[in-house]
Amino acid sequence: MPGENALNRDQLWRHVAVAVPYLWLLVFFLAPFAIILKISLADPVIAQPPFTPAFDESGKFLASVDSFRFLLTDRLYATTYLRSIFMAGMATLLCLALGFPMAYGIARAPASARSLLLLLIMLPFWISFLLRVYAWMGLMNNYGVVNNLLMWLGLIEHPIQLMYTDFAIFVGLAYSYLPFMILPLYATLERMDLDLVEAAQDLGASRTRAFWDITWPLARPGVIAGCLLVFIPAMGEYVIPYLLGGPESLMIGRVLWDEFFVNRDWPLASAVAIVLLLLLVVPIVLLQRYQARDKEAGI
Amino acid sequence: MKPHSRFVLSVLAFGYAFLYIPLVFVIVYSFNDSRIATIWGGFSTRWYGELFRNDQVLDAALLSLRIAFTSATIATILGTMAGLVLARFGRFKGRTLFSGMITSPMVMPEVITGLSLLLLFVTLQQLTGWPGQRGFSTITIAHTTFSMAYVAVIVQSRLMSMDESLEEAAMDLGGRPVRVVFDITLPLIAPAMVAGWLLAFTLSLDDLVIASFVSGPGSSTLPMYIFSKVKLGVSPDINALATLLIAAVSLGVLIAWIAMRRMRT
Repeated sequence: MPGENALNRDQLWRHVAVAVPYLWLLVFFLAPFAIILKISLADPVIAQPPFTPAFDESGKFLASVDSFRFLLTDRLYATTYLRSIFMAGMATLLCLALGFPMAYGIARAPASARSLLLLLIMLPFWISFLLRVYAWMGLMNNYGVVNNLLMWLGLIEHPIQLMYTDFAIFVGLAYSYLPFMILPLYATLERMDLDLVEAAQDLGASRTRAFWDITWPLARPGVIAGCLLVFIPAMGEYVIPYLLGGPESLMIGRVLWDEFFVNRDWPLASAVAIVLLLLLVVPIVLLQRYQARDKEAGI
Repeated sequence: MKPHSRFVLSVLAFGYAFLYIPLVFVIVYSFNDSRIATIWGGFSTRWYGELFRNDQVLDAALLSLRIAFTSATIATILGTMAGLVLARFGRFKGRTLFSGMITSPMVMPEVITGLSLLLLFVTLQQLTGWPGQRGFSTITIAHTTFSMAYVAVIVQSRLMSMDESLEEAAMDLGGRPVRVVFDITLPLIAPAMVAGWLLAFTLSLDDLVIASFVSGPGSSTLPMYIFSKVKLGVSPDINALATLLIAAVSLGVLIAWIAMRRMRT
């Protein structure tokens, strides 16, 4: 039997295994949010760093809600938040419309082909995100591949404006986030009992009826997880609206970036981040609950 | 098994075309002799030559690789601990917060993560004088923080799918918990750790937004360099760089896939 010393050492190891990653996340993940909150309540000044200190000389806490007031009264921010929700929502729907049949097709493919098909979904994900967005710049240019092809086919006479439009952003978002939709959908569809669909059809349900009554409800956890995995990061996207969108197609990630890097208004950038985070709290908590349930179901 | 409906087959074909056609065109145009990236001017490999003579690219690539290697290694250690804790330690005080902090960095919009970490570093510098200079160390910490989450999730799900009987048997035979972890559990989850390390490595190489926030003057990673160029439009040497990256990733993934198939059979 191990002696008391050894048992104590085991306890110590357990504590270390919990404490080290715990501390790391407290310092580098949780604490920064407190700091964002603190700085969003400061005033911008021309100094290094460019915001007023939280306490004055006498130790009094100074808080100013000017950044938040500005954020709520200036129409630009409200419209940009709404536009971001709209853009991310549209991208989510596009991913779902394309991703669901794809995930279904892969899940029902012969077992030998499945791993290759999945690998081909993941492969672009491993290749630089930035370069994949960049690839679309060459395709959607006024004299890019898409326009040349359409002109060659005689469908259009002059190049149509694809780049720097909302359309380009939708394509970019759908392209970049498609794997995030397909993978959770595949996981639920693959586990689904096919006999249920067949039984429904044997009992006289049409294909469409069987889909909406059996497949869709059973796939719902995957649909919700996939939609959240696309929607949440797409809301704060910066690179895609910057490279593919025009000056009018603002999204909130880009506004945050510009407030920070261009205007050097750190308190306002922090306030923008806080409001974005508040908008995302519900979807993030929802996603965590679904993932926790998934884990309990034992995958 | 029923054959696929025509609808599913055509969506599958369209989907894969959608994913791969842009990459094909980048590869084709990287061999384009013309400086104007959208006009075909004959076959040439000159952009590859220019790429290898460009010191800025090489420096940025080297910095990115150093950061990716270091952060992936730290993330694998921390993430494995976290995965082990979540899968095997049962309930403990603060577990909900712990698992929340593990999964949140994966979906957190990058602009928020980047801004919050930069503000942390600035505050730390005011209070303690560290980090005196932002660059390698700050980017490495930032990348470790979000990629350890991925490692933790991979390790955790591997442990959940693994039956505990081997570990229990070792304990019954008198093995001390620490020995059991090192002798039984770790070898069993080694493939998950390797997968996690590789994912952390690519995530770090891929990151533009967070690195832009937490880096300081003079330290540009490869994505930061690429971004500064593609902001100005399509450029042929970036096509060449993209092609090299696509080739490297495809080769790596292919080798990993074949190795995994061999192991299974």
